[in-house]
Amino acid sequence: MKANLKTNAIWLGLMIAGYYLMNTLILVGVINSFIENMLVTIGINIILAVGLNLIIGFAGQFSLGHAGFMAIGAYASAIITNSINSPIGFYISMGVGVVLAIVIALVVGIPTLRLRGDYLAIATMGAAEIIRIIINNLKITNGAAGMFNIPQFADWATVYIMMCLTTIVIVNFIHSRGGRAVMSVREDEIAAEAMGINVFKWKLAAFVLGASTAAISGSLHASFLQTIAPNDFNIMSSISILIIVVLGGVGSITGTFVAATVLGVIDTILQNFGTLRMVIYAVALILIMIFKPSGILGTWELSFSRILKRIKVKRGVSE
Amino acid sequence: MSELLKVDNLIKNFGGLTAVSDVTMHLNSNELVALIGPNGAGKTTLFNLLTGVITPSSGSVVLAGKEGTFPLNNKKAYQIAKLGLSRTFQNIRLFKEMTVLDNVLIAMTSRYKEGFVSSILRFPSYYRTEREMKEEAIKLLKIFSLDQQTETLAKNLPYGIQRRLEIVRALSTKPQILFLDEPAAGMNPEETADLTRLIIEVQKEFHITVLLIEHDMSLVMQVAQRIYVLDHGSLLAEGSPKEIQQNPAVIKAYLGEEA
Repeated sequence: MKANLKTNAIWLGLMIAGYYLMNTLILVGVINSFIENMLVTIGINIILAVGLNLIIGFAGQFSLGHAGFMAIGAYASAIITNSINSPIGFYISMGVGVVLAIVIALVVGIPTLRLRGDYLAIATMGAAEIIRIIINNLKITNGAAGMFNIPQFADWATVYIMMCLTTIVIVNFIHSRGGRAVMSVREDEIAAEAMGINVFKWKLAAFVLGASTAAISGSLHASFLQTIAPNDFNIMSSISILIIVVLGGVGSITGTFVAATVLGVIDTILQNFGTLRMVIYAVALILIMIFKPSGILGTWELSFSRILKRIKVKRGVSE
Repeated sequence: MSELLKVDNLIKNFGGLTAVSDVTMHLNSNELVALIGPNGAGKTTLFNLLTGVITPSSGSVVLAGKEGTFPLNNKKAYQIAKLGLSRTFQNIRLFKEMTVLDNVLIAMTSRYKEGFVSSILRFPSYYRTEREMKEEAIKLLKIFSLDQQTETLAKNLPYGIQRRLEIVRALSTKPQILFLDEPAAGMNPEETADLTRLIIEVQKEFHITVLLIEHDMSLVMQVAQRIYVLDHGSLLAEGSPKEIQQNPAVIKAYLGEEA
């Protein structure tokens, strides 16, 4: 219990320290609006990729439709904050986006999660495309032109706080009874079922939880960039989230953080190279796949309880 | 002795092939029963039918446990597991990339209730449940002298230990009936002897019914109180180890016709 408190305190301290560090750097002027933009993009990508990592890395369900759920959050925020132009309106819209994403994840997940591997990937990809095409053809979403002048309520601090909150939710879920059940589904469905685990229910739970955090990131995306279009949420954006997950390590939340940050920085640095950027990007991916197929960190996680234990053992030895 | 599990006229057809035809059997409480038969006799299919991995074409399976009588046909595997039927697998199916402790904890999932919200917000009840689960798991692992390897990944355990962990995992669901599918497959004589002791011990210690599929006759004859013989999907014989050893039909099935 005491050790739990200690690790929780360290994590909380780290999050607060991160917040104040960035705040100070912005005040001092080290972080200009250009870098701030990059940081926000990284934050949004982390929320997306952590959710997708829960579905792919922990539940073992290969979903390719993450951008679809992001679109739901983004459009919910855009439409609602246009009529309720206040921070409260923004948070209401975020809530609506999450609820919508949960409902749609259930509708999509109940038939498709019975499929496996490639079939599931294709089915979820199709579902995301359906979402995008519906948005493309609705009046309320302003069709293919997208929505402009969305009121800005999300700054880097909102994104940072939401990133911390969604990560806490998902990490805590992983380290609970439910998380273990979800991982057993990934390991061996027949054995999990024989041990009394409702495989389908836990698959769906992971899928819905991942989808709901994607909706949150969509809300933030819409409110920060103030402009969205259906094409922002096409198959390529689903794949770029997948790239973060695969690059960081399927099944490692720490890896997702590292990969999202590294890719975000590379993306910004290479902006001047134009099309060459995509080539460098692709080469980096191919190199990783050849030399470290399990991703940068594999399934390794940063764990303070483990570090504390190690320190304790060392102290015990020296005494 | 009361009948715990009753199987009546169970049939399973795969297309034109009848894998299990008209099997009627029963298991009493606290009994150790063996199911033997030549390769392809339908033993594992019968196991899969009883544990809900596949659904029977016709016939009935009824569990008359402490909590009442439940028909098991058309129930899903996880529901059957919750009712107290647990099993091991012929080809080991551990959660390989997870630790020994996690393997056992997962099997306890359905016996402990901890809500989503309280585990996300880390209420004190979350820590309490986690601690209780871990204590129970370690207690169980200690009985099988696996408590020194709680943090080892299941895939890194030696073969014999993996088999043992599968039994521990099955037991941690608190079953009334334990199904063991060829627990001694691939073991050397020494390991088999260990396993024989273990199975007898488990059955006595946990007061459960055990149904065992096994090809190793020395093991079967030592532990089984009653034996069912399956051949070509149907029951060939039933009786005590002695009776089965002298049953001409069984000898014929195993060794072929006398010249």
